[in-house]
Amino acid sequence: MFTLKPIAVCIAMLTLAPAAQAQAPQLGQPIAPADIAPWDISIGPDGAGLPPGRGTAIEGEAIYVAKCQACHGEKGERPNVALAGALVGGIGTLAPDKTPIKTVGSFWPYATTLFDYVRRAMPFQDTKSLTADEVYAVSAYILNLNGIIGPNDVIDAHSLPEVRMPNRDGFIPFPRNPK
Amino acid sequence: MIRRTHPELGDPAAGNGILSRRVFLEGTLVIGATGAGLSCGSAEPLAVQPWMKVPGTGFAGYGQPSPFESKVVKVFPPPPNPPGVGSSRTPLHMLEGMITPSGLHFERSHSGVPEIDPDQHRLVIHGLVKRPLVFTLEALSRYPMQSRIAFIECGGNSLALNAPQAQPLNVAAIHGLLGCSEWTGVRLSTLLDEAGIEPEARWVIAEGADAAAMSRSIPLTKAMDDALLCLYQNGERVRPSNGYPVRLLLPGFEGNMNVKWLRRLKLTAGPAMTKDETSKYTILLKDEKAWQFVFPIEVKSVITRPSPGLALREPGFYEISGLAWSGNGSIRQVDVSADGGRSWAPAALQGPILPKAPVRFRAAWQWNGSPAVLQSRATDDTGMVQPTRAQFAAERGFRGVYHYNAIASWRIDEMGEVSNVYA
Repeated sequence: MFTLKPIAVCIAMLTLAPAAQAQAPQLGQPIAPADIAPWDISIGPDGAGLPPGRGTAIEGEAIYVAKCQACHGEKGERPNVALAGALVGGIGTLAPDKTPIKTVGSFWPYATTLFDYVRRAMPFQDTKSLTADEVYAVSAYILNLNGIIGPNDVIDAHSLPEVRMPNRDGFIPFPRNPK
Repeated sequence: MIRRTHPELGDPAAGNGILSRRVFLEGTLVIGATGAGLSCGSAEPLAVQPWMKVPGTGFAGYGQPSPFESKVVKVFPPPPNPPGVGSSRTPLHMLEGMITPSGLHFERSHSGVPEIDPDQHRLVIHGLVKRPLVFTLEALSRYPMQSRIAFIECGGNSLALNAPQAQPLNVAAIHGLLGCSEWTGVRLSTLLDEAGIEPEARWVIAEGADAAAMSRSIPLTKAMDDALLCLYQNGERVRPSNGYPVRLLLPGFEGNMNVKWLRRLKLTAGPAMTKDETSKYTILLKDEKAWQFVFPIEVKSVITRPSPGLALREPGFYEISGLAWSGNGSIRQVDVSADGGRSWAPAALQGPILPKAPVRFRAAWQWNGSPAVLQSRATDDTGMVQPTRAQFAAERGFRGVYHYNAIASWRIDEMGEVSNVYA
């Protein structure tokens, strides 16, 4: 963490600010990317932002049982809390005239979303508490329960974006968005 | 000069007792035409009430509604769900006008309402910008501000009407994920310009400071158009349940994108594909495909009175009152029907009529005591007309969950009881 002296900030702004912004107050404080890193938890569908670490479904099972199962149910199929939602199953239920069961396996288009969401929002009572290895492992466990990867497949920053989700091509743009 | 002949005030304008809206424009009603005032005998002699005889209470630091209004509250499901998860709903049937009182504005949260110390809160802008910047609340408060009146509607509002049979629910339970405030804050474009947008940036990932760190990807075009970083709601600081100390307002876009407790904006070339823009807030169509990134709330209206729980006591004159709104622009017209959509008459629109803000509409109705089905149908200034339930279903079916905006129906039975029906 470094702190610019006020005079240095002013000089930096005079140098960098575009002319059109001359009237704006310019009260944002410059911050180095390294100092933003603890907050930058977004993962792109191409894997951008995935941290170092690794895990397998076998390793993830114990984490799931300890930290996820109370709400999401055994093997992710029958949640004990309504809003927790099912994580596993439902593949094929998107077909016309069926009642859709939307799970990670049946509906989610990107496996990277699983890492992103688990890391930022789970476990519900203690979010952002899992290590990167634990998030990779529990993600692998949920993917394996859905039959998408094998029990010993290593999930890491390289392999997670490569996982082909069954409903990857299931989404189309809304035709009436504003231009 | 051509002398126009107007229909008599109180004359029918559509079937089953819908009267001309001119009563709202001109303020008078032909008594004989409506039957109002015919059934009453003389009133009781007037008594001097005890509160006129002794001094009332003193001042309060923050005013509260009358204790007699204690039933005007948000509704939300009881446990066992974790507290603060899910939603609480605005009691639309007990409110009037276009503004939602801040304490009654619906809430949707994904991990409860965080208790944020504004002095410790930071907003960071980074990613594809020339100068990553961090803002304190004190700094944001010093920027030039704008106010606008805008609705926020959850993308999941009215989803109960996807059910195959009409459920016995009231207007709050069905349509209560709708609120409207005067929002005041700093234009997002001002801060993005200050940070300096890199040419390859197309999206902004917005993230909240709640325990779920709820995040959504927003098109940069919207961020630069009319997005507002709101510090104030209805003149006071934004309520915690609505995003204190700063929430993103994207006028007209689905509620979930109006990220509360805003802490981070990351400019990117593509969307992040977050949980709430893939597994949620996408619309599964009749085939296996789902619409993704469904941004605008399309034209919609609902009658708030009469509505379930507000029974009609006797035949006679009633005002039909409701709200109409469109995320694509301003409401141009609202039609009402008392015969399930067979005939329609235009309602009076209460000004101001503002883009991406709800409009209060009113129609005069003479209920003759026989069954009726009340409907409202809004048209916005893009020409889009609120679809019938059949038209809605023909396009997307009923598996989409989100963005239900078809014409809704209230049935009035012979006893004056009101219920949710499909018609």
